[in-house]
Amino acid sequence: MEVCNCIEPQWPADELLMKYQYISDFFIAIAYFSIPLELIYFVKKSAVFPYRWVLVQFGAFIVLCGATHLINLWTFTTHSRTVALVMTTAKVLTAVVSCATALMLVHIIPDLLSVKTRELFLKNKAAELDREMGLIRTQEETGRHVRMLTHEIRSTLDRHTILKTTLVELGRTLALEECALWMPTRTGLELQLSYTLRHQHPVEYTVPIQLPVINQVFGTSRAVKISPNSPVARLRPVSGKYMLGEVVAVRVPLLHLSNFQINDWPELSTKRYALMVLMLPSDSARQWHVHELELVEVVADQVAVALSHAAILEESMRARNLLMEQNVALDLARREAETAIRARNDFLAVMNHEMRTPMHAIIALSSLLQETELTPEQRLMVETILKSSNLLATLMNDVLDLSRLEDGSLQLELGTFNLHTLFREVLNLIKPIAVVKKLPITLNLAPDLPEFVVGDEKRLMQIILNIVGNAVKFSKQGSISVTALVTKSDTRDADFFVVPTGSHFYLRVKVKDSGAGINPQDIPKLFTKFAQTQSLATRSSGGSGLGLAISKRFVNLMEGNIWIESDGLGKGCTAIFDVKLGISERSNESKQSGIPKVPAIPRHSSFTGLKVLVMDENGVSRMVTKGLLVHLGCEVTTVSSNEECLRVVSHEHKVVFMDVCLPGVENYQIALRIHEKFTKQRHQRPLLVALTGNTDKSTKEKCMSFGLDGVLLKPVSLDNMRDVLSDLLERRVLYEGM
Amino acid sequence: MDLVQMQKSLQDYTKSLFLEGILDSQFLQLQQLQDESNPDFVSQVVTLFFQDSDRILNDLSLSLDQQVVDFKKVDPHVHQLKGSSSSIGAQRVKNACVVFRSFCEQQNVEACHRCLQQVKQEYYLVKNRLETLFKLEQQIVASGGMIPAVELGF
Repeated sequence: MEVCNCIEPQWPADELLMKYQYISDFFIAIAYFSIPLELIYFVKKSAVFPYRWVLVQFGAFIVLCGATHLINLWTFTTHSRTVALVMTTAKVLTAVVSCATALMLVHIIPDLLSVKTRELFLKNKAAELDREMGLIRTQEETGRHVRMLTHEIRSTLDRHTILKTTLVELGRTLALEECALWMPTRTGLELQLSYTLRHQHPVEYTVPIQLPVINQVFGTSRAVKISPNSPVARLRPVSGKYMLGEVVAVRVPLLHLSNFQINDWPELSTKRYALMVLMLPSDSARQWHVHELELVEVVADQVAVALSHAAILEESMRARNLLMEQNVALDLARREAETAIRARNDFLAVMNHEMRTPMHAIIALSSLLQETELTPEQRLMVETILKSSNLLATLMNDVLDLSRLEDGSLQLELGTFNLHTLFREVLNLIKPIAVVKKLPITLNLAPDLPEFVVGDEKRLMQIILNIVGNAVKFSKQGSISVTALVTKSDTRDADFFVVPTGSHFYLRVKVKDSGAGINPQDIPKLFTKFAQTQSLATRSSGGSGLGLAISKRFVNLMEGNIWIESDGLGKGCTAIFDVKLGISERSNESKQSGIPKVPAIPRHSSFTGLKVLVMDENGVSRMVTKGLLVHLGCEVTTVSSNEECLRVVSHEHKVVFMDVCLPGVENYQIALRIHEKFTKQRHQRPLLVALTGNTDKSTKEKCMSFGLDGVLLKPVSLDNMRDVLSDLLERRVLYEGM
Repeated sequence: MDLVQMQKSLQDYTKSLFLEGILDSQFLQLQQLQDESNPDFVSQVVTLFFQDSDRILNDLSLSLDQQVVDFKKVDPHVHQLKGSSSSIGAQRVKNACVVFRSFCEQQNVEACHRCLQQVKQEYYLVKNRLETLFKLEQQIVASGGMIPAVELGF
């Protein structure tokens, strides 16, 4: 009996069942072997797989499981012990690996699961970021739109353009169906539809401002959604089938100029708002998004600012136009004033001459008439004529003087004169009238009053005469005292400081009368021209009221001051004036009473041998001039034409007299030619003197411009010629022989 | 007539010339220029004046008698005559010339003719008087006297 090491299967071999088991095991083995292959293949394919060790383990586990099942195939029939051994080893190994793998999987599977959750999380995040990106992009676009809108709105300063542009741009940016602007009317009680984007609107379409929906919108600075059926939103006829889009309204503050205070922000408590209504397209499912509302609010603010700028600009333009108009008007007024002044000056200039001439004729002839044989009545008449015309002449002179004084064209004629004599003369003139009126006049001259002074004698006399005359005129009784002294300080007028310089002093003259006196209120008026006190008593004394005005002006010219003091009506008054006079060096030296005339000592007493050239086309006057000069001792050469003159003139001739009577400039050319001839020897050039019959300024200027050294008026007297020659040779220039 | 009387009558005559305005102070100037070195100054000048004026008056008559009067030629002549007469002191002649000139400027032929007549009249008058004056002077000199200096009270 052979002992068989074979292992018998436990149960009898059922053919069918065994076949199925056999096949199943076979397939299982195949599958178990192919799975790792697949795994390896796919893992190799994928770049990332962190769990290689697990894979190996798993692979081993599978392979062993497959091996187990494969070996199982042999155990269906009788098999040897070796097979059983291999089977057992395989199973043991498989058990070990399986347990290890099972343990490993406990760690690995949570990890794998968490990977999955992370993936899900990242996906969510990505979706969220996408959403946000979309939002930001929209916002950025909105921002761009706003900037562009703002730029468009602010690029113009014209009110209408601003508003129109706003609507257009908003419509475009937000794809609106309609956009409208309601402005408050002048009364402030209604809103008037001013601008719409697309549809034409009837003019003067207004809505009362007190509607609740409007109040709601005006109450907040945010954009408010309103019902499409509210009156402000109903801009076109509603057709039933349209589902109206959503409407939003926002207020636009209209800042008034008066709201702008310096260092203050404009208060938004201004009551005036405009209403902007925006409508989304109907029949679209669009809704107002938050960012769109924000856009609308921002635009509304920008529009408010732009409008205020436009308003300011309008205001300043208006102000500028006003100023320009005023300028033009002022210019016109100034030119008219200048014309008036010129006309007045012309008038005065003409009157000056025209009035004096007949006046002098009248006076001269009346005085001549007086000298003839007249009956007493005739004599009386002539005397009246003379007196009246003298008065008239004085009046004319006064008026003309005054106008010249006011123009500033009057100049003092300074000369040396005897002050003491002046006062005595004035008194002598006034004494007759004073005696008639029984008013004694006393004269007090201060002991330190200089005798010989330098000043305008005629005008000073005029001033003193005027003042003393007034004193006599307005006094009915009492006495008059005239005091003259040198003043050092404390004048009445604080602005006027007396500073006696070395060669000057201030003369003060006080004339006190005991006459009617003057109301202190009237004192300022005294010095205004043509003003007179209204009392009848003074009316009769005549006078034009110019005297004091002129005196004041003369006093001012003499750098002095004049004023009147009075204690009131009936208490007399004192007239005081200060004038600046120069002290003559000859004071206290000469005891002469009159003004000593310094005879003009000719510096050249004879002109013997002085070579002169006389050019005159007129034979007779040539001869006369030659005779004059020969009589003075000169050696005279005569020529009768310009060319001859040029030929003959030489450095030996000291003076050339040329006749320039003929009009035109040909005669003057000769002067230029002589200058040219002597450009090299300037110092040897003879002096050029023109002999002319005209003494007007233009002739003088012409002569000067042509380089002549002097002008003489024909016909020349002997003394004149003598003086002229001395002066000329002394000073080499003479423009006083007129 | 004795010397003193002749001198007196000369003086009166001269005075009358001045009073009538035929001569003015310029003539006095001329007389002052006459001295020992220049004894005939006045008569020389006056003679020259007569010669010049005769010539000018002739030219003027010719110019004014033309069909078309050329005032540009007339004016200088008048100017010349005015100059000469004022140098001499023939006051009336000078004044007449001034008037003549103003009508010349206006180119008024009628008036110019009238002026020319006036000028001629004045000129002959002064010529006449001066010649008489010189005759008187010559008589005095011939009698051995001195021509008295003219003193005028104005």
